[in-house]
Amino acid sequence: MPDHTADGLRDLVAAFLSHHDPGGERTSFLRARFDAGLAWVNFPVGLGGLDAPRHLQSVVDEAFARAGAPDNRPRRNSIGLGMAAPTLLRHGTPAQRQRFLRPLWTGEEIWCQLFSEPDAGSDLAGLNTRAVRDGDDWVVTGQKVWTSMAHRARWAILLARTAPDAPKHRGITYFVCDMTAPGVEVRPLRQLTGEAEFNEVFLSEVRLSDTLRLGAVDDGWRVARTTLMNERVAIGGRPLPREGGMIGVLARVWRERPELRTAGLHAEVLRAWVRAEAARLTALRLRQQLAAGEPGPEGSAVKLSFAGLAQRISGLEVELLGEHGLRHDDWTMRRPEEPDLLGRTATYRYLRARGNSIEGGTSEILRTVIAERVLGLPAEPRVDR
Amino acid sequence: MTNLLYDDDEEALRASVRALLAAHAPVSGTLARVDGDEPYDRGLWARLAGQLGAAGLAVPERHGGAGAGFREVAVVLEELGRAVAPVPYLGSAGVATRALLRCGDAELLGQLAVGRRAAALAVSVAAGPDAPPHAVVVADGPVLSGTVTGVADALPVDLLLVPADDGLYAVEADGPGVRMTPVVSLDGTRTLADIVFTGVPGRRIAAGEAATRAVTDALVAGAALLASEQVGVAQWCLDTTVEHVRLRRQFGRPIGSFQAVKHRLADVWVEISEARAVARHAADRLAVDHPDTALAASLAQAHCAAVAVRAAEACVQLHGGIGFTWEHPAHLYLKRAKSGAVAFGTADRHRAVLARLADLPGPPPGA
Repeated sequence: MPDHTADGLRDLVAAFLSHHDPGGERTSFLRARFDAGLAWVNFPVGLGGLDAPRHLQSVVDEAFARAGAPDNRPRRNSIGLGMAAPTLLRHGTPAQRQRFLRPLWTGEEIWCQLFSEPDAGSDLAGLNTRAVRDGDDWVVTGQKVWTSMAHRARWAILLARTAPDAPKHRGITYFVCDMTAPGVEVRPLRQLTGEAEFNEVFLSEVRLSDTLRLGAVDDGWRVARTTLMNERVAIGGRPLPREGGMIGVLARVWRERPELRTAGLHAEVLRAWVRAEAARLTALRLRQQLAAGEPGPEGSAVKLSFAGLAQRISGLEVELLGEHGLRHDDWTMRRPEEPDLLGRTATYRYLRARGNSIEGGTSEILRTVIAERVLGLPAEPRVDR
Repeated sequence: MTNLLYDDDEEALRASVRALLAAHAPVSGTLARVDGDEPYDRGLWARLAGQLGAAGLAVPERHGGAGAGFREVAVVLEELGRAVAPVPYLGSAGVATRALLRCGDAELLGQLAVGRRAAALAVSVAAGPDAPPHAVVVADGPVLSGTVTGVADALPVDLLLVPADDGLYAVEADGPGVRMTPVVSLDGTRTLADIVFTGVPGRRIAAGEAATRAVTDALVAGAALLASEQVGVAQWCLDTTVEHVRLRRQFGRPIGSFQAVKHRLADVWVEISEARAVARHAADRLAVDHPDTALAASLAQAHCAAVAVRAAEACVQLHGGIGFTWEHPAHLYLKRAKSGAVAFGTADRHRAVLARLADLPGPPPGA
């Protein structure tokens, strides 16, 4: 019987480290860690895990970090780790899990998400990309948008319409898309910050083997719900110390530049500080609920609050800094792997934060979801079902 | 690390308080009571304090208490807020108990713990940790004279803790020279009192610095614990409103299916989720007497008071006409919530405390 306690896992890590040099070659170290079940401990044995409780993951990660071991650069592959992996685990065939999970976890293969389309944003189920069966293959044609990491990705999770005449939620199939296949074209999508975190992806008669289908034909919406549920958790779940986020930047400016202070701004800074601390404690409480095995719906609360707060704090920072607050660092089109929210100018923070209430579910949709799924209020009459 | 959840014992305590309130303090009864001459429910207090032992939760066992702590007191307050129950629990089991713990008065703590007596700190409802009350009561030897106005949770108690110019005194509330006059108050479930002391004999339980610290720490406890009551008030308002908008139909559909209604209630739910984390944090810090307690308490009042007010205002608004009547209990919660925005100091005053504790000073003098 495996010892699924914090001490038991620390012993396993220590034993692993006695056979594998954390200073050695990165990829082979990470592969070995996966094979030892120390990648994501809550996953099944043989797929990088130990069937251990999820909250023990931090114990393992900390033990490896203390030993100076390389990590799998999780932020470079957040779609893969946060969304593709749980979906593959839940809906993938044994062959698909064997093929995809290890290089996904080690970071050898980056993943992206081909969900949103120009005409299917909040109403994702209205997507138009078509997949047509042709022998053992599917032929996919359409346009996707807001795809981060598409220019680096080896694989994508893809939603395409397979039954155009069925009600829209019942005619979608979920695929893994080979980003190197002929007909896949990736173009940067420049955003209002000047940079391009995202891409447009054009799919022109892309042939995908039926072995890349995830779940049953026309059952892709149900599969996608696994992915989207994990998206909200991934966005809402990071623990921060007090003043650990954007509020820390504002507080530092406030302390270091007494000449900028006015009574009115003081009141606003204090209000923002209180809200930031409340949001931080709420996220902490959510983590404690998850660790105790009682996940609550508070993830959507955290996501909503975070978006509003980031916008308010960054807007306040621009005004506090006055003329200096209007100085931007760089409009050239860069290709960052993730937004640099704390390192750049206040203008950047202000602009990038506008996206926080749009990406991963707009704040408007999120409020409707909370009202209907958490509070149990009746849905609005709909004309599209 | 701070535990922001409820443990099994706390959930069990919540269940027994909720059952007691359902049986003996339905909101309909509280609504009838605010029209009567007896604003506080002494029968309910006897059951809560004596029968359930809730009065002594924060009192150590060696003084006859339950030896639990302020986390548990906070859970009781959530339920009392949910029922907008007219009992002096916050004032006696919270504020006065904290003052007596600081003074180390074993005898009085023991009497409070078993519910034999109830106590109130004789300060204005608006006194907060930022502004300990002016010593309006003057001691001449052990004899007190002066006036304190707007005291909450004082009318039904038999013991007053009176800050005077040279210390903190214990005074019999029904003793000679004490005149307590009910105030026609916004919140009829926590009626205030003006108290005049005329040559009243008292017993000094703390002097000088110790007395100041006892009073300040008691007010910190009040600010921290009131947040849990506010969470309960807000939760009742949300639950009741959700129930109403699911059933109430206009334009051929439940009004809860309209997006304007949904989004307002979603915002209330988000705010309550946050307020609960902030209130649990404050209760947890208070329970272990953490150095961060004053910060956590001011954070709690800077945040939670307004959450309860917005929830109660949404409750009145989304009930429409019925929400504006005397007959519907929504106004009891609105009045409790709004009074809470003043109690133990306004949000603005607590933000000023946070400015000091979190090192976010205001403009330099003369700027």
